[in-house]
Amino acid sequence: MRFDFKTRYEQDLRLFPHRTDLLGNGALLLCMLAAPLVLPQYFLGELTFLLVYGVAAIGLMLLSGFAGLISLGHAAFMGIGAYAHAILLEAGLPFALSLPLAGLIAGAIGMLLGIPALRMTGLYLAIATLAFSIIVEHVIGKWEGLTQGHGGMQVPEASLAGFDMGDIESFYYTALAILCLVVVGTANLLRSATGRALIALRDSEVAAQALGVNLPYAKAVAFSLSAGITGIAGGLFAHRIGWLEPGSFNVVLSLQLLMMVVVGGLGSLKGALLGVAFLGVLDPAIAILKDYLPSAIGGAAGLQLFLFGLVLVLFVLFEPLGLYGRWLKIKAYFDHFPMYRRATFQRTKTYMQSERYR
Amino acid sequence: MLDFLQQSLNGFATGCIYGLVALGFVLIYKASEIVNFAQGDMLMLGAFVGWTALDVLGFGYWPGLLFTILACAAIGFLLDRQVMRPIIGQPQFAGIMLTIGLAFTIRGGVIMIWGPEERSFHTPFSNKTTAFGSLAVDDVSLSIVAGTLVLCAVLFIFFRRSRLGVAMQAASQNQLAAYLMAIPVKTVNSLVWGLSAGVAAAAGMLLAPSLLVDTNLWIVVLKGFGAAILGGFGSIPGAVVGGMIIGVSEQLVGVYLDPESKGIAAYVILLAVLLVWPQGLFGGAERKRV
Repeated sequence: MRFDFKTRYEQDLRLFPHRTDLLGNGALLLCMLAAPLVLPQYFLGELTFLLVYGVAAIGLMLLSGFAGLISLGHAAFMGIGAYAHAILLEAGLPFALSLPLAGLIAGAIGMLLGIPALRMTGLYLAIATLAFSIIVEHVIGKWEGLTQGHGGMQVPEASLAGFDMGDIESFYYTALAILCLVVVGTANLLRSATGRALIALRDSEVAAQALGVNLPYAKAVAFSLSAGITGIAGGLFAHRIGWLEPGSFNVVLSLQLLMMVVVGGLGSLKGALLGVAFLGVLDPAIAILKDYLPSAIGGAAGLQLFLFGLVLVLFVLFEPLGLYGRWLKIKAYFDHFPMYRRATFQRTKTYMQSERYR
Repeated sequence: MLDFLQQSLNGFATGCIYGLVALGFVLIYKASEIVNFAQGDMLMLGAFVGWTALDVLGFGYWPGLLFTILACAAIGFLLDRQVMRPIIGQPQFAGIMLTIGLAFTIRGGVIMIWGPEERSFHTPFSNKTTAFGSLAVDDVSLSIVAGTLVLCAVLFIFFRRSRLGVAMQAASQNQLAAYLMAIPVKTVNSLVWGLSAGVAAAAGMLLAPSLLVDTNLWIVVLKGFGAAILGGFGSIPGAVVGGMIIGVSEQLVGVYLDPESKGIAAYVILLAVLLVWPQGLFGGAERKRV
C-alpha cells in the first residue's frame, strides 16, 4: 500500500506526482516512438488519425471535462482550423507558421463564441454550440471564394524542417510531437491558477465566484484555449484526409469527440486519450465482429451506430467516470490489496438535484 | 400578398411539427430536468412504426395512428423505467450523454430492422388540396395543423382536469412534496416519458406524408431545440409558439432571402435569441445552488 504523505506544497503541484508516473509515461512515449518501426503502413495511418483525434479530445476535455462547459459543436473549430490551415498554406505560408496561426484563428473565433456563451448555462450553452457548428458548416459551404464551397478543397502539400507531410511516417512523428506538446501544455495549465480556476468553475460557479475567480475571464480562457487546441487538431486532420469538404465537420464528428471524452472519463487528460484509443479500437473490433454474427445482423447497415450508442449508454449508466475511473479502481484494488473495499468508489445515493431554483 | 400567405401557411405547418418536438422536450424537461436528445429519433421511430402498421399490418389510418402512438408511448415508458432512472441526481451532462447514446441506439436499431431505404407514406390526406378562397392548401399541411391543435387541446385538458395530469404537474414542481402527497413520482415520471414519446410518434405520423419515411427524420430534433429555447424550455404553450415562429420564419427566409440559407435560419434565430436572453424568451433568471 502506498501512502501519499505530502510535506510540501510543491508536492501537490508536481507534473508527475510519483516516480512511477514518470516511468509509465516514458515507457508509453518510447512505444509510440518505436511504433513506425514495427507497424505496417495501414495501421500507422490509423494510429496517426488517433493522434489527431487525441489533440482534439484534449481540447474538448479542457472545456467540458475541466471547465464543465458542454460543447456539442467542437467539430466547427476543427473545421475552422482545417480550412484556415489549408488556406494559409495555399497563400504560401510555411507549415510551422500556418498551423499555429490556424490554432489562433480558431481560438479567436472560440473567444467570440465564448463571450455570449458566458451568460448561458449548461443546457443552453450545449444547444448554442450545436447551432453554432451547423452555421459554421453552412458558412464554409457558402463562402466559395475562400473555401471552394461544397466542391471541396485540396490540402496543399507541406513540409516541416525537411519532413514531407505527405509521408506517413514523418507526419506520424509531427502529430506525435504536437500531441505531446499539447498534453504537457494542458497539464501545466491545469497546475496553474488559471487551470484551478477552471476546475473550481466546473464544481460550483457560485462558490468559485465567491473565492475570487473572475468568471467571464475564466470562461473566455477556457473557450479560446479549447477552440485553439481543437483548431490545431483540425489543421493536422486536414493533412491526414487530404481533401476538405464542409460535410466532414458535421454534428456527427462533434458527437464523436464528445463520446471519446465521456467514454474516456471526464476530468482527466489520460481519460481523453484513453477514450480516443478505445473508440479507435472499437471501430475495427465491430468490423471483425460483423464477420462472426449471422448475416442478418452482421450485414445490417445500422449495426455500427447501434453499438456505438449502446456503448455510450452502458458507460453513462455503469461507469460514469469512464475508462479512467475504471483504471483508478483497478489501481486502488492492487494498491490496497487485500483490503480493497468497493464502497470506496460507491456513489452516494442522491435525489434529484434541481438546477432550477424555485 | 397571396404568395406570402401561402408560404407562411406552409411554414406554419412545418412549424407545428417543430412545436410538437419541442413540446416533447418540455414535458420531459419539466418532469426530470433531462433534455431528451433522442426526441427526434422517437419521432423517426414513430414514422417507421406507423408505416409498418399501415403498409405491412394493413391497419386503417386511424387505428394505425392510435396503434403507433400507444406502441411508442410504451417504448418511452419502458425507456424511462429501465434506462433513464439510474441517472436521477447525476449532473445534467449525464442525461445529455445518455439520451445521445439512446438516440444512436434507436437510429441504429431502426436502420437494422427496417433498412436504410426511404418509404412513401399514404394517408387519406395525401395529394389533395383544399381551397380557401383563392388560397390552395395541401390537406397534409392542414392535417398537421389540425393534429397539433387537437393534441394541444387534449394535453391542455389532460393537465388541467385529469388527476394524473395534475399529479404530473405536482411532481414536476416539487418531487419531494409530491412524494409526500402519495403521488408515485417514479411511475408518474415514466408516464411523462410515455406521453412525450406518444407526442413524438403522433408528430412523426403527421410529418411523414409530407416527406418520406426516412432515417434522416431525426434531424427535426435540431429545429425542435430552437423552438424549445425560443419558448424558454419550461412552458408548453411557449414551445408550440416557438416552433411556429421558427417554421414560418424559416419558410420566409427560404422564399424571399436565400433558398440555401433556409436550413440555418432556425439556428441563426436561436443564437440571436440566446445572445440577448441567455435563458430563452420566457425563461426566468435562475441561479444555480452552490
